Amino acid sequence: MKTLVQNIEALSQRVGRDVKLMEVCGTHTMAAFRSGLRQLLPGCVHLVSGPGCPVCVTDPSYLDAAIDLCGRPGVIVATFGDLVRVPGTDSSLERERAAGASVRIVYSPSDALILARECPSKQVVFLGVGFETTVPTVAWAIWRAARDDLKNFSVLCAHKTMPRAMDALVRDKAINIDGFICPGHVSVITGAHIYRFICERYRIPCVVSGFEAWDILKSIELLLRQLAEGRAQVENEYSRSVSEHGNAAAQRLMNEVFEPCDTAWRGIGMIEGSGLAIREQYAGFDAVKVLGVQFPKAHVNPLCNCGSVLRGVASPLDCQLFGRPCSPAHPIGPCMVSGEGVCAAYYKYERIAA
Amino acid sequence: MRRDRILLAHGGGGSLTRELIEGSFLTQLGNPLLKPLDDSAMLVMGGKGYAFTTDSYVVKPYVFPGGDIGRLAVCGTTNDLAVMGAQPLWLSLSFILEEGLLLADLQKIVESIRTTVAETGVQIVTGDTKVVERGKCEGLYINTAGLGRLVTPDRLGAANVKPGDAVIINGWIGEHGVAVMSRREGVAFQTSIVSDCAPLWPLVKTILNTGAQIRAMRDPTRGGVAAALCDIARASNVGIRLHEEVLPISREVRGACDLLGLDPLTIANEGKVLVFCRATDVARALAAMKEHPLGREARVIGEVSEKPRGMVLLRTVIGGERIIDMPTGEDLPRIC
Repeated sequence: MKTLVQNIEALSQRVGRDVKLMEVCGTHTMAAFRSGLRQLLPGCVHLVSGPGCPVCVTDPSYLDAAIDLCGRPGVIVATFGDLVRVPGTDSSLERERAAGASVRIVYSPSDALILARECPSKQVVFLGVGFETTVPTVAWAIWRAARDDLKNFSVLCAHKTMPRAMDALVRDKAINIDGFICPGHVSVITGAHIYRFICERYRIPCVVSGFEAWDILKSIELLLRQLAEGRAQVENEYSRSVSEHGNAAAQRLMNEVFEPCDTAWRGIGMIEGSGLAIREQYAGFDAVKVLGVQFPKAHVNPLCNCGSVLRGVASPLDCQLFGRPCSPAHPIGPCMVSGEGVCAAYYKYERIAA
Repeated sequence: MRRDRILLAHGGGGSLTRELIEGSFLTQLGNPLLKPLDDSAMLVMGGKGYAFTTDSYVVKPYVFPGGDIGRLAVCGTTNDLAVMGAQPLWLSLSFILEEGLLLADLQKIVESIRTTVAETGVQIVTGDTKVVERGKCEGLYINTAGLGRLVTPDRLGAANVKPGDAVIINGWIGEHGVAVMSRREGVAFQTSIVSDCAPLWPLVKTILNTGAQIRAMRDPTRGGVAAALCDIARASNVGIRLHEEVLPISREVRGACDLLGLDPLTIANEGKVLVFCRATDVARALAAMKEHPLGREARVIGEVSEKPRGMVLLRTVIGGERIIDMPTGEDLPRIC
């Protein structure tokens, strides 16, 4: 560990300028804060957090739609726990549940499928939020529901994919990223090759990283070495889990059920081809079509800075709501709610500097 | 935003619970005996000191690996007395039963209460029974209140901790919460972890008998070690530093927590005690603890400093430092 830190120190001197490295994945953000490794980095190496927390980048109008759904008679909304506390325009799933709405926390899409079988008179809507990591499991649930001709299961889909979002970030001149710490879990599914275009087109080095503190430090070392040597390649620090081409079976399942679509990212806006929509063939499991869901324009607190935080251009500490009134107990923006949100990480682990 | 209803998170033992207690209860019902918000109230009757406490048990499922709601109801309440330095003497026992509960299930729980009471040396001296319609509670809920006699002339309490004190824990962290979650519908996973649910009074008595200067004790239940330490840091206006490399967290608990996206430090324990001890007395307190079956894994996990006041910090294995925060409430599983 000491050698790693020393290498990072030496390499950062060789690079000889301030370096901005983005960890795209929320789990990396949390690992970096929880292990305290940020304090071990030289002052000229800046870790910025990217849009890799799925809850955080979900458009608020999606939450309003989910909140509307859970109050409809005959509907049960099934969701991962992270989403229940995220505020929509004027409520949250947690508050609606307290007021009597049907909101169930599940730990996997297949639990939602089981729920649908147990409650044949209800329409069970699973909130499909997440990246390539979770998409295959949702694809499987839809595929299985289709095979079994289940009529009361559907998905409100807001799934997103990583590469296009990273592309949009690179093109955003306000950010100036020198290197990407690429998401390990996403890469298990997709393979490390999906980041190649970033190196080739923009000359920005990428390292796929594991989630232990030493994984992240090693990845930082690899990135700095590439910068010092003037290289821009995809390197795979997480080769114990990630291969070049990923999990072919999971990719086939994803492609069977989903197709690319344009989608809005909170804080970044519409990114062409960065979302996943349920294919026409599986339209009977698309909550938007089955239940006629509308996405009215949502209202968010204009002072909330989550958008800039998600693009890596602002620190949570720059936000005037940070800490008071926005805190994990009373979150205003999504980055304060999610277990992987950047604001929550700052609040929980580094408030002392604030 | 509307904030006009009770949320599940208000019951999580974290910052929302505290807000509810301070905002809704203390403002109207506060008095000098209630105000310290310790595990028990400290009473004086006939020149003698007593500790008085109450707790309700709604655990789901009501039988879990390593225990059940009956054992929990006796341990939880007597432990709240023990950590104030009081020998548990008398308990009340109130049942809220759901229509349709199997009598055989109830009998098993009563048996479990009987054996736990015997381990603790406490007597059940009064009780109550209510039955509610099917669906109005899940099987059964139990409330117990307990009265204990203070055995130490030193007053223990969350506000008495001083810079320089050592923080000791008697064993593995997070087992109760993980054991219960492993059997919960929708989460169920295979694990050999069993609840640590145990009466702490025999261990506490051993510690007090050494004559070591003990400032405070806490049983880190809901909200886990994190919530208990945050409470104490705040009440005593001191800083507390833990060392990650010595924290007794098993691979299994760590693995289950990673899977569920939870922090072992926020997971409930039911047979653990955090002991704040004067630094010069640590050796004898620790030696006595290690002699006891519930204290074999006892160790110092941190120390108290003057600053940062009211905060708990963790020195991480790689040499960084981070805050250990008061958990907010209901712990949420992660999404990816």
